[in-house]
Amino acid sequence: MSMQTCEQDLVRFVIREARLLDEQRFDEWYQLFTDDAYYWVPLSPGQTDPLNHTSLAYEDSFLLKLRVERLKSPLAYSQKPASRCHHLLQAPEVENSDFQKNEFLLRTPFIYTETRGDESQRYAATAWHTLVWREDRLRIRLKRVDILNCDAMLPSIQLFL
Amino acid sequence: MGKYREDPAALEGLVEADRVHRDVYTDPEVFQLEMERLWSRAWIYVGHASQVPKPGDYITLDIAAKPVIMVRQTDGGIRLLMNRCAHKGTKVVGDAAGNAGKTFRCPYHAWTYRLDGSLAMIPLKEGYAGTRLEATGLAPIKNTEVYRGFVFAQFSDRGMGFREYFGDSLSSIDFLADRSPEGELEITGGCLRYLHNCNWKMFVENLNDTMHPMIAHASSAGTAKRLWDGKPADLPKPMAVEQFVPFVSGYQFFDEMGVRVYPHGHGFSGVHFSIHSSYSPIKDYESAMNSAYGPERAKQILGTVRHNTVYYPSLTIKGAIQSIRVVRPLAVDRTLIESWTFRLKGAPDSLLQRTVMYNRVINSPMSVVGHDDLHCYRSIQEGLAAHGNEWVNLQRNFQPGEGEQLSKAGELTANGTSDISMRNQFRAWGEFMRPE
Repeated sequence: MSMQTCEQDLVRFVIREARLLDEQRFDEWYQLFTDDAYYWVPLSPGQTDPLNHTSLAYEDSFLLKLRVERLKSPLAYSQKPASRCHHLLQAPEVENSDFQKNEFLLRTPFIYTETRGDESQRYAATAWHTLVWREDRLRIRLKRVDILNCDAMLPSIQLFL
Repeated sequence: MGKYREDPAALEGLVEADRVHRDVYTDPEVFQLEMERLWSRAWIYVGHASQVPKPGDYITLDIAAKPVIMVRQTDGGIRLLMNRCAHKGTKVVGDAAGNAGKTFRCPYHAWTYRLDGSLAMIPLKEGYAGTRLEATGLAPIKNTEVYRGFVFAQFSDRGMGFREYFGDSLSSIDFLADRSPEGELEITGGCLRYLHNCNWKMFVENLNDTMHPMIAHASSAGTAKRLWDGKPADLPKPMAVEQFVPFVSGYQFFDEMGVRVYPHGHGFSGVHFSIHSSYSPIKDYESAMNSAYGPERAKQILGTVRHNTVYYPSLTIKGAIQSIRVVRPLAVDRTLIESWTFRLKGAPDSLLQRTVMYNRVINSPMSVVGHDDLHCYRSIQEGLAAHGNEWVNLQRNFQPGEGEQLSKAGELTANGTSDISMRNQFRAWGEFMRPE
């Protein structure tokens, strides 16, 4: 495919990913990830190590599945009332393209809003998507979300940035 | 002025042997009195010595609404100073951590203090000639104790001594530190800072509440169990599954775990075993422990897998996980819970990675376990406003005379699902909340 088509595909993918979250289509969202994917929300600004340094979240496909399945459970008491989320994206930029490996890095600054009942929280964040072609479709191998105030005192964040 | 400040009998009446009045969780005046009395007379956890390894290294934090500096001295000791310039009241240190060099200098008028808090310099000091300026420095917290690297402070000069206060509960800190082949801990891995919109006591009581995990965590740990149950038997069990699934063990499991309490509010569950008992062994680690301590002592240390130990009211530790949760009350319905992790000096990195993972999946503001816990605490905070019942029940396995029995014996062990640890905390609460 041409480079141009590819860039458009990549950008569309990131926009669609946020839309699936905002529309609470979590099963479809989960299908965007590869089996060896991670969803990572670092605890410290500029954090490079997810294993020896704590993160707000560092979920492999099992833990991610657990989150998605839990949200369906009638016993998920912290979802009574249920949370809703909204991603307001800045245009995604392709930061790096490795056509040899078919691996692409996109950077997308965004404002994230999560509400539950009368409460609302809002974060400035930047998403870093590492996308790969697998089985003829684009998938996420790593989604890293840097929250601007990741090291601040934070309340429960229950959905997905 | 105030209902409870003016009326000691009304304050005392909030706590009965087997129940407490809702005002202990919801009344702002009671919270204010807690900061002035309980949180001043108790020994409060400040930080760990490994956070300030070199002379001049400091951390700053608020304890019981007071700004504190913990700083390493040139002689290797650790001092706690009030972060308040003697001049106008400015906090002399702004950063959360750093190295001061040889002095602290106030950013406002450059009043300068040595690492021990004594005044080193005032610009144009002659301007104070003939005034009643006294050589005041940064006020030290005199009652400071470092126990195996854990730094504690007591603000009141009239409280009890450190050893008397904690007694044999200190064994949980020993068992944690002894898990290092070198007997030393190092704080590392960052600090999760989870804002709880509830009273601090709900969090502390929950740590040894063993009647909630199978209910409150059914949606998280229960889902982990369900997802894993479908996997082929020969698949290696992921660490996350090992950590999650025991939360939904049955009542019998938690009851047989046992709970032990000590005077002044301290105690732990997991006397005989705990939800941390069945983790896969880490081979290099056990051999390091065997050569450091000998097989018998190593087995005793590693076989001690206490669940949560509460050092009332500020510190809770998980020895088998090498993590601590620190309670920082902010208001009657706002509490900061800090979760820290330790590297065991001389142990392999894989152990730290297990610790870090546990901290992340259980204690993060994004933890599915934490979400359901906090939902319940917040729900209590709101539910207590209900009409018709002003009391919170602590009656499970209550036996009259428990307090006297504990004072005599120095420790009491009960079945794991007993409310004894909560009753024990409130006995201490009553003790430390009396007017001086």
